[in-house]
Amino acid sequence: MVLKGKSVFGGIAIGTLRIYEKKDHIIKRRRVTDVLEEETRFLAAKEEAKRQLAELYEKALKEVGETGAAIFEIHQMMLDDPDYLEAVCSMIKTQEVNAEFAAASTGDNFSQMFAAMEDAYMRERAADVKDISNRVISILQGGGAGAMEAEEPFILLADDLAPSETVQMDKSKVLSFVTRGGSTNSHTAILARTMNIPALIGVDIPEELGQEVVVGIVDGYQGILYIHPDEETLARYQRLKEAEEQKRRLLKELKGKETVTLDGRKINLYANIGGVSDVAEALANDAGGIGLFRSEFLYLESEDYPTEETQFAAYKTVAEAMAGKKVIIRTLDIGADKQVDYFHLEKEENPAMGYRAIRICLDRKELFKTQLRAIYRASYYGSISVMFPMIISVEEIRQIKEVIEEVKAELLRDGIPYQEVEIGIMIETPAAVMISDLLAEEVDFFSIGTNDLTQYTLAIDRQNANLDRFYDAHHEAVLRMLQMVVDNGHKGGCWVGICGELGADTALTETFLRMGFDEISVSPSMVLKVREKIRSINCNSSAISSPVGESCLHE
Amino acid sequence: MREFQYVITDKEGIHARPAGAFVKTAADFPCKISIAKGEKEVDAKRIFAVMSLGVKCGEEITVRAEGEQEEEAIAACSEFLRKYL
Repeated sequence: MVLKGKSVFGGIAIGTLRIYEKKDHIIKRRRVTDVLEEETRFLAAKEEAKRQLAELYEKALKEVGETGAAIFEIHQMMLDDPDYLEAVCSMIKTQEVNAEFAAASTGDNFSQMFAAMEDAYMRERAADVKDISNRVISILQGGGAGAMEAEEPFILLADDLAPSETVQMDKSKVLSFVTRGGSTNSHTAILARTMNIPALIGVDIPEELGQEVVVGIVDGYQGILYIHPDEETLARYQRLKEAEEQKRRLLKELKGKETVTLDGRKINLYANIGGVSDVAEALANDAGGIGLFRSEFLYLESEDYPTEETQFAAYKTVAEAMAGKKVIIRTLDIGADKQVDYFHLEKEENPAMGYRAIRICLDRKELFKTQLRAIYRASYYGSISVMFPMIISVEEIRQIKEVIEEVKAELLRDGIPYQEVEIGIMIETPAAVMISDLLAEEVDFFSIGTNDLTQYTLAIDRQNANLDRFYDAHHEAVLRMLQMVVDNGHKGGCWVGICGELGADTALTETFLRMGFDEISVSPSMVLKVREKIRSINCNSSAISSPVGESCLHE
Repeated sequence: MREFQYVITDKEGIHARPAGAFVKTAADFPCKISIAKGEKEVDAKRIFAVMSLGVKCGEEITVRAEGEQEEEAIAACSEFLRKYL
């Protein structure tokens, strides 16, 4: 069975399902003779309820923090509210009824007042009033509050849960909350968020699950509850959950740790991003900087050429968000598989080797200048570097530098502040590799784009599935090129990084370190995995897992 | 008697938590303190009463204090509202 609901917190939970049974208070109306004694009984129970709530407040404070705990303080105040107390006591006195009945009736009246309010948030508070009344009634009846006990962790299904019900639960056993009612403001939702467990609301939970143990899956990303999932679904979610757990473990163990090898070699581990919104993930995964900020999104998302202001705003936002950490912006790499209508590019036989990237920029100088002006203006707000894609000659770099000089002169003339920007190039053509010694004289850094470099070197189109058996990401030709680029770069005073997919291939991390790479830039989700690998490597030891010169031998 | 008007800026209005905190602030003073929205005026020291006003974002309330320490009470209430609501 697959049920849809609204997710209030993401994540995946797999476990047995349990339906929460509310403890029903059966309250009989009884006539009492000694109304004063009955009033005293009520007041004593109220004091006991307040004492319990004070305990729950302390417990919640430790478990879920002040925001989540505050409700128990409100509950204590509600129990002391003169209107509430007067209502209960006068009912006992005038109608000569038992304290339980008076508390239950008053609770109903007050909760109906909230239930009738326009405001959705206030309507939720009806549950609070019921909750405090039930507590008093439990005490009067001599019972403790019902806690849910279990040996094994479980997914909890319920109509809705009152705060006191959730706080009394052994939360180490709850994998997820799924409720029929509730809202994003309900306590269950707030609690799930503080506990970091997936939760769904508004799910049409069946009344009965049957006697046997029922397994379920909660997909908090898509708002789905699976009851009795088939094996395929179960396996798929188990894999997702493992990946998620690994991510969480990496975060816990490696966030804030240095990216350094066992023998003390530090390396810059950066993240590749494709838009402003990716910065959050880069920061969450503790990237030391942005090693590749693809600027294409500005052009792809737009109906017309993005203005200097639009670009400036995006670059500035990222620079500021990274707060002084390096942000390497790659200029426009449109063409090939990334097409934009308003560029009016001619259809090509072989776009990968065609009119793209820096070739367009050097042809359409105004377009290029607009981007460079935006980048230089943003440089004032952080630590920005710029790099240029698809370079094949020294001449191209000289032309680029001319444009940069024009841009800087204009900014100076206009009194617009900027800082010096490190200039680098992508090494993604075999030509650039072969003349990397000459290119190194011209720029501050190299960043190797392994995807294009591999496809151009092996003459294999990555999109063509028929070529898969010929394709080898670790091809000796590519590895030798990497070594050549690092050596030539260092000789010419450049630092050298890698920003292609290969950078995240942890089978090669040690090879990269031994080659002498200064920086590795990977997708945000891979940062910590690579950091974990780097921290396990000792470059002083002689055992090399995948050295250059070996992989060609066993082919 | 002293009074002042205030327009709620918190997007959730006077919800449970601030209502509780406001009631606590009011309870510190011996004078009578009330809070009114439109025609309806309630005792500011009673949490159910304050919550029952259901004051939403953008609505104006009037806080009145009368009796001992009314000046201090008004100052404290106004500071609380400006800070949290």
